[in-house]
Amino acid sequence: MKIMPCPLNGPRNISEFACGGEVEHLPPPDCDHAAWIDYVYLENNTAGIVREWWYHTPTAYWFVAERDTRTDEILRTWPAGEFLAEFGEGR
Amino acid sequence: MIPGRLPSSPGQLIDRSRPLAFTFDGRRHEGYAGDTITSALLAAGVRVLSRSFKYHRPRGTLSAAGHDANSFVQIGDEPNVAADSRLVEDGMVVEAQNVFGSLDNDRARLLGHFGRFLPVGFYYKTFYRPKGAWKVWEPVVRRLAGLGTVNPSTPHGYYDKQYLWADVVVVGGGPAGMAAALEAAAVSRAIEVLLVEENPQLGGSLTYARFDAEGERAARERKSLVAAVEGCDNIRVLAGAVANGWFTDHFIPVIQGNRMFKVRAGSVVVATGSWEQPLVFRNNDLPGVMYGSAVQRLINRYGVRPGGRAVIATANADGYATALDLIGAGVDIAAVAELGPHVPRHDLAAAVSDHGVPIMPRSTVVEAEAGPWKDTIEAARIAEITGPGTTAARHEVHDCDTIVTSVGWQPAANLVWHAGGRTPYNETTSMLEIGKMPEGMHAAGSVAGCFRIDTVIEEGRRAGWLAARDAGFNGTAMPVVRNDRGETGQNHPWPMFEHPKGRDFVDFDEDLQVHDLKDAVSEGYTHIELMKRFSTCGMGPSQGRHSWLNAIRLNARENGISVNEAGMTTQRPPYTAEKLGVLAGRSFEPERLTAMHWRHVEAGARMMQAGAWYRPEHYGGDDRDAVIEAESRHVREKVGLIDVSTLGGLEIRGPDAADMMERMYTWAYRKQLVGRARYTLMTDMTGVITDDGVACRLHENHYYVTATTSGVDGVYREMLFWNAQWRLRVDITNVTGAWCGVNIAGPRSRAVLTRLTDEKLDAGSFPYMAVRRANVAGIPCRLLRVGFVGELGYEIHCPAHSGEALWDALMEAGREHNIRPFGVECQRLLRLEKGHIIVSQDTDGLTNPLEADMDWALAKKRPFFIGKRSIDIQRHNVQRKLVGFEIESRVGDGSIPRECHLVIRDGDITGRVTSCSYSPTLDKVIGLAYVAPDQAEPGSTFQVRINSGDVNGRRVRITPDTYVACRVVPLPFYDPENARQEPGNAGP
Repeated sequence: MKIMPCPLNGPRNISEFACGGEVEHLPPPDCDHAAWIDYVYLENNTAGIVREWWYHTPTAYWFVAERDTRTDEILRTWPAGEFLAEFGEGR
Repeated sequence: MIPGRLPSSPGQLIDRSRPLAFTFDGRRHEGYAGDTITSALLAAGVRVLSRSFKYHRPRGTLSAAGHDANSFVQIGDEPNVAADSRLVEDGMVVEAQNVFGSLDNDRARLLGHFGRFLPVGFYYKTFYRPKGAWKVWEPVVRRLAGLGTVNPSTPHGYYDKQYLWADVVVVGGGPAGMAAALEAAAVSRAIEVLLVEENPQLGGSLTYARFDAEGERAARERKSLVAAVEGCDNIRVLAGAVANGWFTDHFIPVIQGNRMFKVRAGSVVVATGSWEQPLVFRNNDLPGVMYGSAVQRLINRYGVRPGGRAVIATANADGYATALDLIGAGVDIAAVAELGPHVPRHDLAAAVSDHGVPIMPRSTVVEAEAGPWKDTIEAARIAEITGPGTTAARHEVHDCDTIVTSVGWQPAANLVWHAGGRTPYNETTSMLEIGKMPEGMHAAGSVAGCFRIDTVIEEGRRAGWLAARDAGFNGTAMPVVRNDRGETGQNHPWPMFEHPKGRDFVDFDEDLQVHDLKDAVSEGYTHIELMKRFSTCGMGPSQGRHSWLNAIRLNARENGISVNEAGMTTQRPPYTAEKLGVLAGRSFEPERLTAMHWRHVEAGARMMQAGAWYRPEHYGGDDRDAVIEAESRHVREKVGLIDVSTLGGLEIRGPDAADMMERMYTWAYRKQLVGRARYTLMTDMTGVITDDGVACRLHENHYYVTATTSGVDGVYREMLFWNAQWRLRVDITNVTGAWCGVNIAGPRSRAVLTRLTDEKLDAGSFPYMAVRRANVAGIPCRLLRVGFVGELGYEIHCPAHSGEALWDALMEAGREHNIRPFGVECQRLLRLEKGHIIVSQDTDGLTNPLEADMDWALAKKRPFFIGKRSIDIQRHNVQRKLVGFEIESRVGDGSIPRECHLVIRDGDITGRVTSCSYSPTLDKVIGLAYVAPDQAEPGSTFQVRINSGDVNGRRVRITPDTYVACRVVPLPFYDPENARQEPGNAGP
């Protein structure tokens, strides 16, 4: 069982977490259909380093983890606020 | 001379002061505490333990270590018990497996004579023609080819699980493992070391093997190492425990009896040893053909003389060590066939020679001659080796009853393989070697190809130190390995001597002979993975432990490639078979009970599960439909009370609370008045309905929102997800368990509630969809005037600890109004009459609000809520509609449509029924269904198929399709003017 280093709870079994998918920016309300459909239905399925939302279920805590999907290695994690401060807010 | 019991000597594991008796195959035998089933039977002269899988050939112990299926027996309801390792108990009833009649007289053994009709891959080729033949043959083949007998009504025994943490886990309690554990433990007093040993006692090879001609070394090392381990307070030993796999980040399930330890390790030492490998020759499966290590286990652990007169075939020093043990046990050695070119020069060979035993270099056993009943050995045929797998025509025949083989080892490197490590084949030593190791894992001992005892211990110490370092501990210097590994090449490069008449088994579990594997390759299954699956080599209970090294060699030779080019099949957990009971553990199922649960039980409620919650389905009575009908009439005519505590509850508080609500839900909440409740509908990004409920605005900055029982956790998670990004100034709390609630509904509900509260309840003061904080029976409550069931009614939410008191107060206050509790089924009927949907019953994973006719709940002007954009896109392409319907006429037997019955038009599916019930209030059968948009206008008719077959037990009876005609009617079915909310105006 893999260990996830949670920024709030420390290292915990991965079974306590749920993945919320890659960090994506909500397209603006006036975007065209194609951009919206891309956002809603298409996943990037990146083979490489991705940043994903993860949720620690018992404590209801969302955070961001950077992971290499080729090796399943977790490289870094951020509390949501710190991540957004560093990379800009999604909306 | 038959096998028998040797005199007592130090190191033996049996307790001769505790004799015990058991039965095998119906006959009584005696043994001692500490005996395995195999050792006790062998001491009693019983060699045949089982019949083989395909040909029903008699089989005896091969490894005496449970590495193969030869020793599988059945004990009561427990099939496939390895007699080699299961300790015998007084009164134990042991049965032979895969036997028709008795073990000695297995009627199916005639199959052995028909072997040529059971070619490799026979189940892919035979029994399939003519069409349907497999249905006839399958039960026969399954009965013949089974292992043990599974009793499906065996009660679930007690199994459990436990978490364990250790800085260093050492798997294997032999010399390497004990040395590793001791060295790791010495690095720091703070380090915690867990030592896992498969056998009941520590020692590994030290409990049976011989490392010197005198035969003293093993016992001496064992004594000192075991004493040191036992005296070390930061080593915990789990004996009789199997580390059954390796999972990411050093997560190791260790099974000990009925318990699975889920061990998380900082680092791992693999000291799991190796499995001895068979010599392949004709009749190499006869009972009495055993590995050298098997013979040593029997003699040195259990004091069993394994035979009377033996021939030994060996390619390494272990064969000579075994010879000395046999001589010590009083067994005659007829000859030693040395597969190598010369008689080796080590002390062990010299000592054997000194006993006058003839040693024949460049020779092998090519055939075991069977006795008249084909289950004993009468002689061994020895021939000179002329090349890889070939021998001279001239045979020397040596009378014997036992043939001992020591021709090589294979590392038990399963944990290394699970972790992604590799073990390439070394063409010089003919052994698999540990290659690149996974991070935080170290190997030592014979698993790492080291067999010389001094070096094994030194390499073990180094591995333990490295593991401690990987776990973050240092403080001592790295131990130095001074000794070399001694002789390498413990394996013979080609220990297979194919016989023209076959019966030269490579895989004992699956009854596979040399020509079977050659045939598989010549038939085109050339790749190792294909050969494995076609031949089933390595797919039996021993999972290739004794078969796959030879199988890979054969595959390589037949393909004309190297062993490394042939490669190895992928090894996955588990290492040994594990019981489903161990995986299931104690089968905990979470159950949530509401604060009023016991009041329902006392009132005779029949409880049903709703997610983890228990809810009253209805109260009392055997005639379910009649009870539900009576409850519903009572609510419509008088007053009823239902527990709605399982509804989800969320508190949304803060300056941005209204903004949060308008982003998450489809309707408008900014202008919602404080003190008012409003319907909530949630959609996901694709516009699909995910939840609904009611939002109560308790303060400008405070909404109390209900959610569905099963949906609230997802709603809460979704809200937190979005606000992790939006960073609105709100606090979101899931208060589902903190609050409980009831709904008191019916024309007399106001009269009942008035008795318990000072709050003004008249229509002007407390109108429909109003929310108040008020005391009810002295309990601080939130009062919501809502109409889910379509009558005047109030939801009363209070802190969970007061729930039972609230229930009691309402039931007491309602006594004179004849108040009656009602259940979930009644509520479902009442809400259906009122045309209210239940999310996830009347909606599915694709339903958008337009299909559900809920355009009214969508904010039109607001640019954003979750799902708005997707709903707007779908507005022009609504593919189905949820409508209310009545059935026009009942079919002959009175059947009505049920949930998921299909709406069929001209042979095509256009929709399905989501809810349907007889409404006693309306005296009609009503329901909700998806239909095509052009069938959705009130007055349209459609057909629902309610029957296309009958399932009666296991028989399916196809009957002509039965259709029910339905007519679309406007919703709601009941009280379309909502007059029932003020029954004084409309009259009951």
